[in-house]
Amino acid sequence: MSNSKETFGKTVGFVFIVCVVCAILVSFSAVQLKPLQVANKLLDQQTKILEASKLLEASGKDPKSIVATFNKYVEAKMIDLASGEFIEGNPVLFDERRNARDSEKSEKLENDPAGINRQSHDAVVYLVHDDAGVVKTIVLPIVGSGLWDLMYGYVGLEADLNTIRSVVYSDHKETPGLGAEVMNPKWKALWPGKKVYNEAGEPVVKLVKGGAKADDIHGVDALSGATLTSNGVTRTLQFWFSEQGYGPFIAKYRAANSNGGMK
Amino acid sequence: MSSDAKKVLTSPIVDNNPIALQVLGICSALAVTSSMANAIVMSLAVILVTAFSNLFISMIRNFIPSSVRIIVQMAIIASLVIVVDQVLKAFSYQLSKELSVFVGLIITNCIVMGRAEAFAMKEKPVVSFLDGIGNGLGYGAILVTVAFFRELFGFGTLFGIEILPLIQNDGWYQANGLLVLPFSSFFIIGLIIWAIRQWKPEQVEKD
Repeated sequence: MSNSKETFGKTVGFVFIVCVVCAILVSFSAVQLKPLQVANKLLDQQTKILEASKLLEASGKDPKSIVATFNKYVEAKMIDLASGEFIEGNPVLFDERRNARDSEKSEKLENDPAGINRQSHDAVVYLVHDDAGVVKTIVLPIVGSGLWDLMYGYVGLEADLNTIRSVVYSDHKETPGLGAEVMNPKWKALWPGKKVYNEAGEPVVKLVKGGAKADDIHGVDALSGATLTSNGVTRTLQFWFSEQGYGPFIAKYRAANSNGGMK
Repeated sequence: MSSDAKKVLTSPIVDNNPIALQVLGICSALAVTSSMANAIVMSLAVILVTAFSNLFISMIRNFIPSSVRIIVQMAIIASLVIVVDQVLKAFSYQLSKELSVFVGLIITNCIVMGRAEAFAMKEKPVVSFLDGIGNGLGYGAILVTVAFFRELFGFGTLFGIEILPLIQNDGWYQANGLLVLPFSSFFIIGLIIWAIRQWKPEQVEKD
């Protein structure tokens, strides 16, 4: 590092060259690795949806078999949340998190029990068929505040749109060992068979602090030591199954189904 | 060359450990040590970044104008970190979901910058590269040790495999909730420093 080299022009030139080389390196790796990253993200999402519809055991963890199972049984459809109608749109390109930041594609909630701030107008629902093409499970994406941040997940419902098959969280930042127990298979195993709605049609499914009674068809044990995460899960579920969430879709779907209008 | 190279490579592991002796890079050592898998991936990322940033900076050390040398070092380190983050996202999506914030923060890890400024600016490329690997290994050794205790006693598992069956899974082990939280690493790192200085008293600072 002798001082003879330090002229203004040389310094600027050197910095420029370093910047160009670094920029090339970064953009090359970003562009080259993009397809793999997109595939990974999609695979992760498809794995969670299969888990929510209880098809993951059958397909195994092999990426090829997951994609094949997903493509064979799962049909993704866009819906308009307010009307509950199916709409045109590409569910693969739909990104709830991006829409929720876009003022034209989402709205700020006045009544916001789940703490999501802005809600996308549209949503994707996943209709999961059996081999005969009959819809067995409907997987609905959910999002809501936990203790630290938004928690993203899926609820799998049986075809009556009332009985829960599974609650699967995919993305959360809850405390390890406490709130992060939403990922614990033991806790997830408490969900199958619980009912979302009471006889009046209100979403009453909830987590019960201190443990749900054995005959409680709407209640699941809360996570011990994680009251705020548990409250978040309850509010998230009740919000998404209310009129603000999938309520209109569920009503439309049931009506269409009882007339035999929808497969 | 060979004995010198070996010394450059191995001395940062115990004799001149970046965390235990120089007390650098503590932040990420707290954050990513809740599981062995995280700690190992983070260590590999730091080894790669330190080694290659040392290599590249050493290669151009005679051309770097001293007035902008820190910025040039940062540009190189930041580029490498972005590349490592991209590779992780492409090949290990699950781990990158947990680690991506901390991988980004390797840029601010004092070890990387410290070795670039203190070593790579003066030494030849090959030996700088080895120094980078050595310091990354020293960092990794502490990380993995901390993660071993935190995962084993905080979650009852190692690499996600159950070793001590937890009470909530019908076992007998009551997990230590303190070790689950990041600051518990302070205690473990403190104990490691104490153990190393018992073994090698020359590391103890004079009053």
